[in-house]
Amino acid sequence: MAQDAGMFMVHQTIGSVLCCKCGIRMQPNAANMCVKCLRSEVDITEGLLKRLVLVHCPECESYLQPPRTWVKLQLESKELLTFCLKKLQKNMNINKVKLVNAEFIWTEPHSKRVKVKVSVQKEVYNGAILEQSYLVEYVQQDHMCESCSRVAANPDQWVAAVQLRQHVSHRRTFYYLEQLILRHGAAARAVRIKQMDHGIDFYFSNRSHGNKFVEFIGKVAPVKSRSDKQLVSHDSKSNNYNYKYTFSVEISPICREDLICLPPKAAAILGNIGPIVVCTKVTNSIALLDPLTLKFGFLDAEQYWRTSFKSLLTSRQLVEYIVFDIEPVSSEITVGGTKYVLADAQVARVSDFGSNDTQFSIRTHLGHLLKPGDHALGYDLYGANTNDMELDRYKGYIPEVVLIKKSYEEKRQKKRAKARSWKLKSLNMEVDDKIKVDEDKRDAEYEHFLKDLEENPELRFNISLYQNKDYQPSEVASVTEDDGEPIPSVPDDELLAANLLAAEFDDLDLIEDGDGEDNMAE
Amino acid sequence: MATRLKFENSCEVGVFSKLTNAYCLVAIGGSENFYSAFEAELSDVIPVIRTSIGGTRIVGRLCIGNKNGLLLPHTTTDQELQHLKNSLPDQVRVQRIEEKLSALGNCIACNDHVALTHTDLDKETEEVVADVLGVEVFRQTVAGNILVGSYCAFSNKGGLVHPHTSVEDLDELSTLLQVPLVAGTVNRGSEVIAAGMTVNDWTAFCGADTTATELSVIENVFKLREAKPSAIVDEMRKSLFDS
Repeated sequence: MAQDAGMFMVHQTIGSVLCCKCGIRMQPNAANMCVKCLRSEVDITEGLLKRLVLVHCPECESYLQPPRTWVKLQLESKELLTFCLKKLQKNMNINKVKLVNAEFIWTEPHSKRVKVKVSVQKEVYNGAILEQSYLVEYVQQDHMCESCSRVAANPDQWVAAVQLRQHVSHRRTFYYLEQLILRHGAAARAVRIKQMDHGIDFYFSNRSHGNKFVEFIGKVAPVKSRSDKQLVSHDSKSNNYNYKYTFSVEISPICREDLICLPPKAAAILGNIGPIVVCTKVTNSIALLDPLTLKFGFLDAEQYWRTSFKSLLTSRQLVEYIVFDIEPVSSEITVGGTKYVLADAQVARVSDFGSNDTQFSIRTHLGHLLKPGDHALGYDLYGANTNDMELDRYKGYIPEVVLIKKSYEEKRQKKRAKARSWKLKSLNMEVDDKIKVDEDKRDAEYEHFLKDLEENPELRFNISLYQNKDYQPSEVASVTEDDGEPIPSVPDDELLAANLLAAEFDDLDLIEDGDGEDNMAE
Repeated sequence: MATRLKFENSCEVGVFSKLTNAYCLVAIGGSENFYSAFEAELSDVIPVIRTSIGGTRIVGRLCIGNKNGLLLPHTTTDQELQHLKNSLPDQVRVQRIEEKLSALGNCIACNDHVALTHTDLDKETEEVVADVLGVEVFRQTVAGNILVGSYCAFSNKGGLVHPHTSVEDLDELSTLLQVPLVAGTVNRGSEVIAAGMTVNDWTAFCGADTTATELSVIENVFKLREAKPSAIVDEMRKSLFDS
């Protein structure tokens, strides 16, 4: 440019001309008309859509995106603005008009009108760009979307059902599963959840939801599943077949802390560990520990169901023992994440203690936990009356007592304030009225489950615990000072803040007893 | 007096006609209305000659002239040259010139005393212009356009230039031409002034699209309202136009 070359340029003042239409003074532009005259000449919004229809579902507040998708949108939101503008885009491109700005004009929510003020630009008269804003009115037409109409037509309609069963006499697994499901939101799409004898039924409106749920369960428990379908209706003209799908999921009856006598086949898979084993952990595989040798093995779901064995003794049959003497035999060994110490111990049943001299010398894997004078829970093979073929067949050494865990019952009884600092949510389950429900048994089982959670941090790993707003910490503090050893409790940092979830919490019926125990409302 | 007219539905009357103080050239092939408009105004004063130049109708843009002479491009045929020589008054010198830029009407704008030319015009042509037309020649641009003959139109009384002309340029041109100049438009905002209108000292012809505002600007700058009582004109002039 001449200016860059250093030439002297006279400063150019832009003169003024008269607008060719109205005669007012203005700076010359490409059209040589003042803006008002230009606007009156040319209407760049001519040919643009000004009135459009939005199809809206009043039940779920969503809008139709042709041909078949429904999107959930809030009034006066950015997403709704984008949605509305997309409808104008094609028409604008045809008219060679450029969109510059758009905003909502407030309308009454129930007026069924959405007004958007749109600013557009267009080139007119060889080079002059004119900007104009105009109003677009969207009429909201109500039309129920497919899913809402299906729900309204038959609210109990389900397409897929998952029947979860475990043939054991307690419901501990289901309490734990319930918490897992809540944490991962696996039952979010369930239409209905029903509590049945020995299990829970989940109903879904879509086969894929049911399938996803079954896969989720398969990842957290050792299961065997099968699926079936039943024809509901058939349209011969278009060859549409509607089915109801059922998934039958059976969870293995082996639970944590169960005592098992392994059949020879299973023992062979696991490297011939002693026939008496303790189940230490159940996820999608079963962890078994031989208490006498500290050897362990894992059985995944398939392997288990091939050699399906039942437990010898379950945690119902745990008996309390008192430990007189303990002598570690081996050093600390870490087995599958937890430490064990093999030890020789002298124990006696609490029921025998004081009344007779029956004592047992046993080998236990809890050497790291027990001290003389402690109480422990274990299985009494000496006095038990078992009906197990494998045990009868086995000719080798069977221990008389197998200790499972340390007992905190004594200390718990001293604890005056029974309220816990945490609480759990529960699933919205229907209870079948036809089955007789033993309330006390249920409550005791649940209390047991909560105690389990307190004692085992690894159980709490996958569960969300929430702060109990009504909990008063002061009472508990005094209790812990009395004992040398604190009762196992859940540390505060594991609890999720209740205020984040306060709204959801209000839906739950958590009733507090007179003495402060929390019960689950079913 | 400014008249509005059309040539065959085109408002670019300056393309199809050339008006000077001594004669008027008009293109052939249009309707009688076009000629009638010119003849009504001019026929008792100056000759109105129908012609073509180089077989084309765009006579206004191909030739340049004033009361002293007329210059024609090299594309003019001998017959046309002869016809013009015959039709024009004797004091008007007619000359055909050899110039690469053959659209003389686009390249040169003149009145009876001064001419503005395209910057790339030949030296010889410049001398011929000075000689035949009897004018002082200045090489200039108008609002950055080198086609001065298209973007400005001026008579002995005043002139109209391209609307984007800056104030400094306007002053400079005005000093050169010694006439008052104004920046404006013709034919509803068209910037090509000389194509949209043709003017001499007492009359002007504009395209039919010219708005009333433009027309009043033209009438004021070219002083076409002299016949009217001047008091009203002065009043109007003050309110409409100050440069």
